[in-house]
Amino acid sequence: MKYIDEFNDPALARRLLDEIRATATRPWALMEVCGGQTHSIIRHGIDQLLPEQVELIHGPGCPVCVTPLDVIDKALEIAARPDVIFCSFGDMLRVPGTDRDLFRVKSEGGDVRVVYSPLDALELARRNPARQVVFFAIGFETTAPANAMAVHQARRLGLANFSLLVSHVRVPPAIDAIMSAPACRVQGFLAAGHVCSVMGTAEYPELADRHRVPVVVTGFEPLDILEGIRRAVHRLERGEHRVDNAYARAVRDEGNPAARRMIEEVFEVTDRNWRGIGLIPASGWRLGEAFRDHDAEHRFDVADIRTEEPAVCRAGEVLQGLIKPTECEAFGGACTPRTPLGATMVSSEGACAAYYLYRRMSGSPAPRGARIPQEEMNPVG
Amino acid sequence: MADLATEAARDATKAPADAAGTPVDPANWTCPAPLRDQPLVVMGHGGGGALSAELIDQVFTPAYGNPTLATMADSAVFDLGGARLAFSTDSYVVRPLFFPGGCLGDLAVNGTVNDLAMSGARPAYLSTAFVLEEGVELAVVGRIARAIGSAAEAAAVTVATGDTKVVESGHGDGVYVTTAGVGLVPDGVDIRPQRARPGDVVIVSGPIGLHGVAIMSVREGLEFGVEIASDTAPLAGLVAAMLAVTKDVHVLRDPTRGGLGASLNEIARASGTGVRLRERALPVPDEVANACGFLGLDPLYVANEGRLVAFVPRDRAEAVLAAMRAHPHGTGATVIGECVEEHPGMVVVATGLGGTRVLDLPLGEQLPRIC
Amino acid sequence: MCLAVPGKVVSIDHSADPLTGLIDFGGVQKQACLEYVPEVRVGEYVIVHVGFALQRLDEESARASLELFEQLGLLDEEFGDAWEQAARQESGSEVR
Repeated sequence: MKYIDEFNDPALARRLLDEIRATATRPWALMEVCGGQTHSIIRHGIDQLLPEQVELIHGPGCPVCVTPLDVIDKALEIAARPDVIFCSFGDMLRVPGTDRDLFRVKSEGGDVRVVYSPLDALELARRNPARQVVFFAIGFETTAPANAMAVHQARRLGLANFSLLVSHVRVPPAIDAIMSAPACRVQGFLAAGHVCSVMGTAEYPELADRHRVPVVVTGFEPLDILEGIRRAVHRLERGEHRVDNAYARAVRDEGNPAARRMIEEVFEVTDRNWRGIGLIPASGWRLGEAFRDHDAEHRFDVADIRTEEPAVCRAGEVLQGLIKPTECEAFGGACTPRTPLGATMVSSEGACAAYYLYRRMSGSPAPRGARIPQEEMNPVG
Repeated sequence: MADLATEAARDATKAPADAAGTPVDPANWTCPAPLRDQPLVVMGHGGGGALSAELIDQVFTPAYGNPTLATMADSAVFDLGGARLAFSTDSYVVRPLFFPGGCLGDLAVNGTVNDLAMSGARPAYLSTAFVLEEGVELAVVGRIARAIGSAAEAAAVTVATGDTKVVESGHGDGVYVTTAGVGLVPDGVDIRPQRARPGDVVIVSGPIGLHGVAIMSVREGLEFGVEIASDTAPLAGLVAAMLAVTKDVHVLRDPTRGGLGASLNEIARASGTGVRLRERALPVPDEVANACGFLGLDPLYVANEGRLVAFVPRDRAEAVLAAMRAHPHGTGATVIGECVEEHPGMVVVATGLGGTRVLDLPLGEQLPRIC
Repeated sequence: MCLAVPGKVVSIDHSADPLTGLIDFGGVQKQACLEYVPEVRVGEYVIVHVGFALQRLDEESARASLELFEQLGLLDEEFGDAWEQAARQESGSEVR
């Protein structure tokens, strides 16, 4: 068992697809929350293999894309300082702030470094005691234990030159916000497997009950995703709204208690702006009081940077499947993968980016995954 | 949830925040304005992807564009004094200078030899120009020079001229090498990206992604253990073996920066044809697939330094493939797809599960991602 | 979000702080922090994200999933009501 090849088997994928086809008797709109799942869906062409009745709406689950504009602007300001080594995951460098991105800051002489792990940034702080080392701590619950450990270690090792610029987001409040929107079309959720590997499943039954939607904890390989869809459709057809765990090999109900303890020790819940979406209450984490002296926002006095996001694009509506990307005036003109306006175009798996590519390919309709709401589909709830 | 709302929230600019469960109003969901201009050079301009193409289109072509340059092949082909010549130049910057399977010197020879070979030429003479950073150990320069010597010998080319400049400490990355080369194009050979035709069979000469992964495995801050080496190799001999089967090879390309994905997109765009690949036919070694897996990279965009991709008429494909496999640098040659009339200018991959995905031109350099 | 991949624990450095181990991802080896899976043993698989093992992978669950997929089509063909069978199979994995 290597846990990858086995879950890519085409013959088993066909069985799951047949089963989904046989089960779905009417249209259902499911949202996969996690960008990693969206990546896998596009990468393997799963969206095109599903029966007509099952529509996938790509959710706001890319932490890079939802990091709010003012935090990016803070990052840019800090990264440009001559005393700073600014460390980030690679996918953050291309995301535009108000007037530039981290690549641009680097080209202007900023010391911006791509790291694989927050511990690599910590190591840079140890080796460069005369410099300030700042790590851009973004991510969902999956990444929080790693970032928490980095700052915890910095405290233990007395590395006062290490700080975090934190923009952590949490999934359950986002699901809650999406389901609370009046025009919401989402009828079932594929919850993010690796988030649940850390946090467990305890937060979901209440959400499923309150919004009357099935939630299926889902993995990332093709068979995992198909199984998540199969179970969600099964619940929907039966009119049930339960929580299922279709990723049991990596998700225990209680999550990872050691990781959760570390998160609780280091972070505290806060409200958070999501780029393109707006403020979602209690949807983020920031450094707790005890670790506030490792908070880059305070250390570099950028806490006051506030940026209004001009209303140009309609990514929020696309994210919910309320409009198709081509209905946005900016699509394909002002907004392309090369010059993205919003989250759904920044990420190569975003609905707008996928739509853009396929439109170029065929001159016509988009892939099913980036597909438009169909008139005859009646949102539930 | 309201009791969790914080000071920060109350301060926030647009805050429908106070109430628990205040519905999100999608009509008010907004997105930021774009960054349209790039007044400074960024690393992606050298990545062999869309940014590189823009630099050429917007800066170089307006300044000195001409029909020869416009071919956009790996090397230029022209008649001079009765001879049909291929001519190419390339600068080599790599960190670290020495890596599993080779060093900067090997790349500097093989890269230019291969650019010439991709026109079907027999490479003959090379130039080398060193830019050295003050303070670099002479022993390092010596190792690179010796590698150039043995690589040139292996590729049967003569290093006919050279130059050296030194820049101040801190103004260079140790050693940069630029090489240029000329070669003779045999009669009846016309190999360029514009010649791809629907029906052509797409062949790659061996496993892909080895060079890029070998380099990443020793790059500072990214180090990982893997038992693979760069594929750097001269390909002129392999090309000669292919041309011995048929002179009617349509396109050759060595998929260096930007990988196979960038090369195939360039060919599709230049020829106005579509390229269709079969994912399961792609020769991606396990180590490359797995390294790309944990870094979040696509092996199709990872650099190669000793591979070529060929577009060959269907009726000659089998014989060309056999000739490639009989050559030491083509033992792993395999058919990966075909050229089609559909989706002109685009590369589409048939996935292992039976779906399709579009393989776009990469924007710039691939970076490790978490998302 | 959250690119995380399975790898096999090759060795554990108990003296390292935080606890660290060498993970093999199909021929590619990289160090990862094992502090969140302190009970893990050499030879077991973990899921790794940005240099941290987040969870041990449960082989029995993985096999059960694959067996379920194997049976889906067959149940359909041979027994008619696949859902009843499948539902029984998966009842243990429902969250509440």
